[in-house]
Amino acid sequence: MSPLLTIAGINKSFGSTKVLQDVSLDIENGEFLTILGESGSGKTTLLRIIAGFENADSGSLTMQGSPLDSQPANRRNVNTVFQHYALFPHLTVFENIAYGLRAKRIAAAEIKTRVEAALAQMRMSEMAARRPAQLSGGQQQRIALARALVNRPALLLLDEPLSALDASLRVHMQGELKALQRETGITFVFVTHDQEEAITLSDRIAVLRNGGLEQIDTPRELYNRPRTAYVAAFIGKANLLPNGMAVRPENVQVVVPGSAPVGSTSQSWIGTVKRIVFAGASDLIEVDCSDGLVISARVPSGGSYPPIVQLLVAAEHLISLS
Amino acid sequence: MRPRLTWVHGHAVLVFAFLYLPILVLIVYSFNGESVAGFPPHGWTLRWYSELFADDALWSSVANSLLVAAVAVALALLFGIPAALALDRANFPGKRVFRRLVLLPLILPGIITGLSLLTLFAAAGAQLSLITVAIGHGTALISVAVTEVSAGLQKFDRALEEASRDLGAREWYTFRRITLPSLKLPIIAAALLIFTLSLDEIAVSFFLVGRENTLPLEIWSRLRRGMTPEINAVSTLIFAFSVITIVIWYKLRGSTTGAESR
Amino acid sequence: MYSRAYQRLVSIPPLLWVSVFLLIPYASLFCISFWQVRSQQIVHEWTLHNYAQLIHNPVYLEVLGRSARIAASVTILALLLGVPLAYFVCMRAGRFQNLLYQLVIIPLWVSYLVRAYAWKTILGGNGVLNTLLIHVGILHQPASFFLYSPFAVILTLTHIYTPFVFLPTYASMAHIPKALVEASSDLGASPVRSFWTLIFPLSLPGIVAGATFAFVLSLGDFIAPLLIGGPNGIMISNIVVSLFGAAYDWPLGSAISLCILILVVVLISTTESIEKRLQLGGAR
Repeated sequence: MSPLLTIAGINKSFGSTKVLQDVSLDIENGEFLTILGESGSGKTTLLRIIAGFENADSGSLTMQGSPLDSQPANRRNVNTVFQHYALFPHLTVFENIAYGLRAKRIAAAEIKTRVEAALAQMRMSEMAARRPAQLSGGQQQRIALARALVNRPALLLLDEPLSALDASLRVHMQGELKALQRETGITFVFVTHDQEEAITLSDRIAVLRNGGLEQIDTPRELYNRPRTAYVAAFIGKANLLPNGMAVRPENVQVVVPGSAPVGSTSQSWIGTVKRIVFAGASDLIEVDCSDGLVISARVPSGGSYPPIVQLLVAAEHLISLS
Repeated sequence: MRPRLTWVHGHAVLVFAFLYLPILVLIVYSFNGESVAGFPPHGWTLRWYSELFADDALWSSVANSLLVAAVAVALALLFGIPAALALDRANFPGKRVFRRLVLLPLILPGIITGLSLLTLFAAAGAQLSLITVAIGHGTALISVAVTEVSAGLQKFDRALEEASRDLGAREWYTFRRITLPSLKLPIIAAALLIFTLSLDEIAVSFFLVGRENTLPLEIWSRLRRGMTPEINAVSTLIFAFSVITIVIWYKLRGSTTGAESR
Repeated sequence: MYSRAYQRLVSIPPLLWVSVFLLIPYASLFCISFWQVRSQQIVHEWTLHNYAQLIHNPVYLEVLGRSARIAASVTILALLLGVPLAYFVCMRAGRFQNLLYQLVIIPLWVSYLVRAYAWKTILGGNGVLNTLLIHVGILHQPASFFLYSPFAVILTLTHIYTPFVFLPTYASMAHIPKALVEASSDLGASPVRSFWTLIFPLSLPGIVAGATFAFVLSLGDFIAPLLIGGPNGIMISNIVVSLFGAAYDWPLGSAISLCILILVVVLISTTESIEKRLQLGGAR
C-alpha cells in the first residue's frame, strides 16, 4: 500500500539557523506516527510545513500522489490540533466545532448532525452552548480535537496537545487519543518531546535531532535496536559502553563478586556501588566501574547490596550502535 | 506560496496616498517659485526658507512653544507618574471617578478643556499668559503620561519588588532602585510624545494664550490674514522635526506593533 | 502590599492637581451655564434661560445637527479607510509591517493646522484637485464647492482622524493570537471568511474605540471649519468660540460646552460598556 504522505528532502532555515536538514519519511495510511525530539529538533517546524503554515526551502510533500506543497493551508485535507488549542473565544463550543464545516458551505442540517455526533463522541454534548473560557483544560482539548476531526481529514496533526495538561489527566487523555485513532482510522501525526508518551501511543516513532531524522521505527524496535547512541539514550535508559555498544539497565545482572552467573555472559565488570535510586517498582543501582565508566542496573526494589558488586550482561542484550 | 495581490493591497496604497498627499503638497510648495498657490507650481526657490529664518516674530513664537512644551512635560510627568502608580496600587474613595477625570482630556475636544480652564483663570483673576497655556497643556497631557506609565506598570513584574522587600529594602529604596528604573522607557516615551503634542497644540492654547503666541497660534493668525508661502516652509520643517522625533520615540518604546505575538 | 504612606504619597498630589485644574473648571463651567449676561457683564443670577435657548432657538439645533452629520460622515469614512488598512498592515504586510505602521503614524505628528492648511491648497480654485479634474475633462471650470464647504471639512477631518481609527484597531488585531488565525485557515476558511468570522469580531473593541475618538473629536472641532468650512461649514464649536469671543455670552457658551462634555462622557461610558461586553464574549 502506498504511503499517505511522502516527505522528501525537506530543508528549512530561519535566518542563519538551519532547522530541518534533508528530512525524508513516509507516513502510512491509518498509522499513529509520533515525531519525537527535544526542543530545537525541528519537530514543530516539520509539522507546520505539513499543515501549510511554513514553506520548506527545498524538498517536496506528496499526499496520495498529488503535490501538497503548492496548496495553501486552508485547502489541504489536513487538520491541526494546536498546542494551546486555539479555540475561538467569541464562538460557542458548537460554533467552534462547526467552523470548518461552515467554511466548506456544508448544509446546516448536516452540520448539526455531524457536530452533535462529534460532541457525543467526546462526551461533551451538554457543553454545546458554552464558551471556551468556561471549560477546563481537558475539556478544551477535547473540543479542539472534535473541531479538527469533524472535518474528516486524511491526516490529523497534533502539536504537543497534551503538554499543557497535568500528569494524571495527561495519561488519561493519552488513552483516549489512542482509542480515538483506532476508532476513526484517521492517520495521526503526533509531535512530542516526551519519549514515554511516544512509546505508549505510537505505531511508529520518528526521532528528530537537530533538524535531522535519527531513526524511524516501531517503539519496540527503537527500544531494542537503537541505531545511534542518541536514540539509545533518548528512548528509555541506556548504558553507553566504550566499544560502541550499549545495554539497557534491566538487562544488567547484579551479583556478589565471584558467584556463578545465570545464563551465558558476554561482558562483566566489577565496581563499587555509587548510589541506589528508588523508582517505585524497581531500584536503579549506579555502579562505578573502572576508567570512569558508570553502569546502571535495574533491580527489584528493596534489595540490599554489598559495597562491591559484579555486573553481568548476556550477549543477546548487547546493542551495537553506529 | 507567493503572496497574491488583492484589493486590500490596492486599498492600502490609496489610503497611504490620501494620508500623504497634503504633506507632499506642502513640501513641494515650500520650494514653489511663485507666491500664489496655483497648480502646478513653477520654479524652484529657497526664498521662503530664507524669509522664514529672518522672521523674528515667528522664531520668538517657536521659543515660546518650546518653553511651554518643556513646562508641560514637567507638569504632566510630575503628576502623571504618581497618578499612574496610584491607579495601579493605591485604593481610595473616588478612584474610578479620578481615573475617568484624568483620562478624559484624551478624548474630550480641546475646546472644552481650554474653556473650562479659562473660566477658572477668569474667576481667579489670573492673567492669561504662557503660564496659563503651560498649565492647560500639562493638565491635559497628564492623560498621556498616565497611559504610557500604566502600560509600563502592566508589564512590570511585581515579583521584582517583592524580592527587593524580601531582601530587606524599604519602600522608597525599592521604588528608587527597582520600580522607577523599569519605568525609564515608558517615561521617556511619554515625555517625547507630550513634548510633540504640546508643540502642535492649538485648541486648548487658543483660549489660554495671552500676549505671547505659541507657534501654532502664530501660524494660525497669519493664516487668517491670508496665505503666505512661508507657512509651507515652516510646516515642512515641523514635518521633518516630527519625523525625527517619532523615529526616536518608536525606537525607545520598543515593539509597539505587537510584533511579539506574530 | 503597599503601605498607607506610599499610597497616600502617590495619590494625593495628582488628586489635588486634578481637582483644581479639571474638576473645579468643569464645575465653574456648570455654574456659569446657569448665569446670565447683562450689559457686557456676567451676572450671578441662576436661570435655565440658556438651556431654554438651546432647545427653542432653531439655529442651535440646526448647527448641532449639521455637526453631528459631519462627525458621523467623518467617522464612517475614517472606518472605511482605517479598518482595512489596519488589517493589511497587521496581517498581510509581512516584513514591511513595522515600516508601514510607522508610516501611518507619521502624518499624525505633523501639525494638524499645517495639514488642514495643505488641504486648502489642494481644494482651492487653482488647486491640485480642480486642475486635475479639468485636465482629465470631468470638469470644465474649477468647482467652488470643494473648498469652504462641509465637503472640505469632512475631507480634512477624515484625513486627520483616519490614523485615530487605525491605531486602536491595529492594537486589537495585533492581540489576536497567531494560532487562532492559523486554526481558521487550517479548518478551511478563506482569508475573507477568516476576516469576517474571526478577525473582525475580535478587533471590535479597538474599532469601537477608534470610532468613538473620530466621532467625538470631529464633533468638537473648530479649527477646520474656521479654516476651510465657509459659512455652510460652521460647527457647534465655532458657535461656542464666538460666544466666548466677539459675541460675548459666556453663560450660553458654557451651557453648550457643558452639553458637549456630558455627551462625551455618556458616549465613552456607553462604548466602554460595549467594549467590555465584547471582550467578555471574546475572553482575552
